[in-house]
Amino acid sequence: MGEPRTWLIKLGAPLLAFALFLALWATAAARIQTSIGALPGPMQVVEAGRSLVADHRAERVKAAEFEARMAAKREAALAAGETWKERRYTGSPTFPDQIATSLATVFTGFLFASLVALPLGVLCGTSSTVYAALNPLIQLFRPVSPLAWLPIVMILVSALSTSGEPLFEKAFLSSAITVALCSLWPTLVNTALGVASVERDHLNVARVLRLSWAVRVRKIVIPSALPWIFTGLRLSLGVGWMVLIAAEMLAQNPGLGKFVWDMFQNGSSETLARIMVAVFTIGSIGFALDRIMVLLQRAVSHDVRAT
Amino acid sequence: MKRMRGGRTLAAVGALLSLAAAPEKDELKLGFIKLTDCAPLVLAKELGYFEDEDLYVTLEAQANWKILLDRVISGELDGAHMLAGQPIGATLGIGTQAHVVTGFSMDLNGNAITVSNDVWKRMQAAQPALAAEKPPHPISAAALRPVVEEFQAAGQPLRMGMVFPLSTHNYELRYWLAAGGIHPGLYTASDATGTTDADVLISVTPPPQMPATLEQGTIQGYCVGEPWNQQAVAKGIGVPVITDLEIWKNNPEKVFGVSAQWAERNPETHVRLVKALIRAGQWLDATPENRHTAVKILARPEYVGADASVIANSMTGTFEYEKGDRRELPDFNVFFRDHATYPYYSDGVWYLTQMRRWGQIGEAKSDAWYDETIRRVYKPEIWRAAAERLIAEGKLGPSDVPETDGYAPKDDGFIDGVAYDGRAPNAYLRSLAIGQKD
Repeated sequence: MGEPRTWLIKLGAPLLAFALFLALWATAAARIQTSIGALPGPMQVVEAGRSLVADHRAERVKAAEFEARMAAKREAALAAGETWKERRYTGSPTFPDQIATSLATVFTGFLFASLVALPLGVLCGTSSTVYAALNPLIQLFRPVSPLAWLPIVMILVSALSTSGEPLFEKAFLSSAITVALCSLWPTLVNTALGVASVERDHLNVARVLRLSWAVRVRKIVIPSALPWIFTGLRLSLGVGWMVLIAAEMLAQNPGLGKFVWDMFQNGSSETLARIMVAVFTIGSIGFALDRIMVLLQRAVSHDVRAT
Repeated sequence: MKRMRGGRTLAAVGALLSLAAAPEKDELKLGFIKLTDCAPLVLAKELGYFEDEDLYVTLEAQANWKILLDRVISGELDGAHMLAGQPIGATLGIGTQAHVVTGFSMDLNGNAITVSNDVWKRMQAAQPALAAEKPPHPISAAALRPVVEEFQAAGQPLRMGMVFPLSTHNYELRYWLAAGGIHPGLYTASDATGTTDADVLISVTPPPQMPATLEQGTIQGYCVGEPWNQQAVAKGIGVPVITDLEIWKNNPEKVFGVSAQWAERNPETHVRLVKALIRAGQWLDATPENRHTAVKILARPEYVGADASVIANSMTGTFEYEKGDRRELPDFNVFFRDHATYPYYSDGVWYLTQMRRWGQIGEAKSDAWYDETIRRVYKPEIWRAAAERLIAEGKLGPSDVPETDGYAPKDDGFIDGVAYDGRAPNAYLRSLAIGQKD
């Protein structure tokens, strides 16, 4: 009879905790007065979420009207024998737009970081000389906060992208690079550790079979280091997501961080509720990203213990 | 000499008119700060005036004046809502060094000076006339002087806040204090905070934090734009004592700034932008109903975002001094009337004289230097080209264009009655009682 009870605990305990949290929040919120009104409770936050969706819809309607105007202009231009250039709608980004921008930025930064960290980690893991050489640098840069990197990255990006029409927007690049700089380290360190802790026996077999370095890495080292590597990637993506919000706030780069800052600056009666919607969104996305990494890890490494 | 200058301007206008070609750049990103005076940019977009010029504009709120300026310089923004002192300061290299120009003044007036309740009570004790239910305005800083002396006697100088060293607020606050015989302090080579010889210590506080800083007692007064003076009244923590309109009637406040490099590369786009902005200003001043519509648009979260009732307070022609003392102030925000959008050289020269007066410009300069410097920054020829086209399209009347060689006539709308003539900056400096004389 243990089955139903464990299920009850597994499902019931978190639900109860969540309900308690909501109740505590609702009672506390009503009592706290700020300069821009009372702290919003759960219901006001749901309401603010709805108004954000409504804003998004209104913006889409305006975009459709814009398209219609452009279609008319194009007809007129083509009829007059003029050339016509297609134009994007230039309205203000809505909440869902900001989410999309943040996700694109974090994945770009994560990709940069992984492209650097994975090969470097394998190198560090397979060669103790390389590891000894790089270790002090890794230890030096690993604890640096994104906020310290950000001004340097912004100035460098501005200096280096001098061409008229760059491939990426500067703001996008500087956010992505800052994310990369901070999310590089967990992957790098974990890959190195994972590769270094491949069982001696396996490597001995490889030596007996006279496998080349490349084959050895591909067939033996990487598969057995995969759980470590994925743990590193998971940590990296989590760090990257946290760093990104801070970078967007500070550098005013488009995304959820800028959304939070803009709402803060508005100082209206809706400000706090809207910021809380953003907080829950950021949390949910972070949670979802972590789950995706776990699923990938299970799929690739058959490591069912991963949680 | 003057006639020749006029002739050259006309020739330039002709050249600009004849090449009414396609804009060099049609997708633009413009920056603004969340203040009610960003209205011309917002309305030009929302009313479709940018689109009428085949410009497709994205508006982006910026965190502070420094970030905004940096992004205009780096090219991330094509142009922005700026403090009138910013293009001048940047071109001179006060703070950030970069050549920034403007062809459009965004508005007149819009600021006020607020003091804490405690300071206000002490001012009333020293000058009983202020204790009346509706005290006579404008209030001179002479009424503040006994309070400043009390603070000095107690060993704690009076402290006041403003928003940026190159901001209109800094110069307005200093002007008001000095006009009442209070020394606001000088900037020197070794003193970047501008407190040398000061009777009142003036420091920088970001606008949204002004009321909180006042409430904590860190500062006893401040000069800032709206809605932050009206908020002090609403929260009952301070009393606005004077608006900038009463310090200098119809003072130029914000401008639309672009980098000189951008202006050089995109002359046609620049004229079209200014055309759309002039129309937006005209619309804002056309009827009171338009102001109410504008308040609703500005209250959207992507623009100013404050509650509509707070924005309406200063945008619709009234101003509340003490709680309950609400007065008609139709000129508190001017966007078009009185040639508000024309970028007069004399407007810029006034800022230069104040930068010199308080030591931000380190040494004495000749009158010719003031003229040359301001011609590098202020570009009324852009405004004129835009206006000529609007007249040709029937959207602007000929009387909306001022008859001027770029300098406004002698102006005596100051609280201390000292007249200002932009053509004689050094004589003007000598006529002011406190501050550097040349």
